[in-house]
Amino acid sequence: MEGKEAMISLILSTATRYLLPLLLLFSIFVLLRGHNEPGGGFVGGLVASAALALYSIAYGVAAARRMLRIDPRALIGVGLLIAIGSGLLSMARGLPFLTGLWVERELPLLGKVGTPMLFDVGVFLVVIGVVLTIIFALSEE
Amino acid sequence: MRSLLLVLPLLIPLSTAVLGLLIRRKPHLQRVLATAGAGLLLTSGLGLLVSVQQGGIHTVQIGAWPAPFGITLAADLFSAIMVVLTGLIGLAVVLYSLGSIDPQRERFGYYPLVHILLLGVCGAFLTGDIFNLYVWFEVMLISSFVLMALGGERAQLEGAIKYVTLNLMSSALFLVAVGVLYGIAGTLNMADLSKTLRSTPHPDLAMAPAMLLLIAFGIKAAIFPLFFWLPASYHTPPVAVSALFAGLLTKVGVYAMIRVFTLLFNPQAHGIDLIILVASGLTMITGVLGAVAQNEFRRILSFHIISQIGYMIMGLGLFTPISLAGSIFYIAHHIIVKTNLFLISGLVFRLQGSYHLKDLGGLYRKHPGLAALFLTPALSLAGIPPLSGFWAKLILVKAGLEVQQYLIVAVSLIVSFLTLFSMLKIWNEAFWKSAPEEHLTSLPQGNRLALLLPVLGLATITVWISLVPETLFSLSEQAAQQLVDPTEYIRRTLGD
Repeated sequence: MEGKEAMISLILSTATRYLLPLLLLFSIFVLLRGHNEPGGGFVGGLVASAALALYSIAYGVAAARRMLRIDPRALIGVGLLIAIGSGLLSMARGLPFLTGLWVERELPLLGKVGTPMLFDVGVFLVVIGVVLTIIFALSEE
Repeated sequence: MRSLLLVLPLLIPLSTAVLGLLIRRKPHLQRVLATAGAGLLLTSGLGLLVSVQQGGIHTVQIGAWPAPFGITLAADLFSAIMVVLTGLIGLAVVLYSLGSIDPQRERFGYYPLVHILLLGVCGAFLTGDIFNLYVWFEVMLISSFVLMALGGERAQLEGAIKYVTLNLMSSALFLVAVGVLYGIAGTLNMADLSKTLRSTPHPDLAMAPAMLLLIAFGIKAAIFPLFFWLPASYHTPPVAVSALFAGLLTKVGVYAMIRVFTLLFNPQAHGIDLIILVASGLTMITGVLGAVAQNEFRRILSFHIISQIGYMIMGLGLFTPISLAGSIFYIAHHIIVKTNLFLISGLVFRLQGSYHLKDLGGLYRKHPGLAALFLTPALSLAGIPPLSGFWAKLILVKAGLEVQQYLIVAVSLIVSFLTLFSMLKIWNEAFWKSAPEEHLTSLPQGNRLALLLPVLGLATITVWISLVPETLFSLSEQAAQQLVDPTEYIRRTLGD
């Protein structure tokens, strides 16, 4: 690891400081517009994990793990649970599994909110978890 | 209620796997969870079976998107029987794993992987959409790839490479076939496909996807001449994994073949039934002759899987209600017996430290109980009356005689005789002859129960089927009736 720490470039680490919040915000934007316009949990998740991967290149994997706070593998589990839960909500109403339920009124900024968006949030977390598990494991080799 | 029963066999293994992933660091909790999940899966399968038997075919449109546009889950009796068997084998293998899987593999997520595999298998049995079937195949295959390679022993990796390569090829063929089908019929819902293909202006065009599917499922089911990946890989992972694969995976291929060639294509057109019959005969013969040449416990059993697959598709090739009932009976009997034999080979390995017949011996004197436990499934596999294999073969032979296919009947009888020879070889070498060295140990006290309970349970079920074959037979007969006449399946899926 020592060799890698020495190679940190000032330009990359400074740029990352500015890019990281932008990319994360953009990933959430992509996630939220997903249910009726191009975008969604999968792409959003990829953007978010690209941001974190960039951070791990600039500051090292250990630092990226510290910043993430939570084990990426746990993210996979949590994401899947949210996705299953979003499908179960409709079964509680006697509708088939995964039927979309929507709130009546449009919310400011978000627009119409419903269980498909919850499902997308699950996908978002699973994608981040999977991509980061792979990237961290490969760069720690 | 019905829609819940249909979704539960998917939700239970999925939730179990996800929760298992979240408690990866707590092995004790994981084991409890995995066992509970498998038990619940079996229970929900039984619930589904009872409900389907009473209320006819169940369907649910996922997400309330109407068929044929959304994904339909459909359970007829055949599907329901297969789900019950999946739950049963899942429970047996998880119990056996409690006493035999090393902490290393447990830490790497062995139990969640087993449950993902069960999810894929149940999904394949319950889906009513051919592209969705492909997806479930992939779920099942990817988890099986990991289970096969998990642990990273040298032999395991070699087996895994062959297994992965061949199965990926089969998936590619399957996908191409699905694409062509969509091009011809413009739909992927199997009930809708069934309707469209029957009235298509170009029935010959449908032969291309039919043959592609026959090859794709043939690779997965390990029929002649596409079986060689199976004996090259099934003996390499831990015995619990071998048993799970031996019991379930090839049978998913057989299930898909039966489903597709009863619902989508008519095998009696264009001589597909002849191709299937010839393949079944050759599968039986090559499998059983391959086994004769082997001297490793699990490799002998692996070759016998192949020869038994021949019997299952023989029923499809004959294509009468009674022969299909025979196939279903055979699958049920075989899954239980074959898993049990693999588990017993694991017990023998625990006692004598080897799978090679020349290193084994003397087990009959030291462990007569185990010898009896081996003989029950072994003789059943060979078809000795009154065990379950005898009834299964009897139905198929009767069906064969009814349609005057004497050649395949003769082959099946000869192969059954050779199977007996193979089983007696194991019996003589491992149980009867005196031990080459005195290194008999007894099973470890702590996990004895976990190792013996599944073997005992499966043997009891075999005996039960043997003594009361009518229950399973009448179920298989009703299931076959639904397969031969798919109008009810189509009506329930697409609505009136």
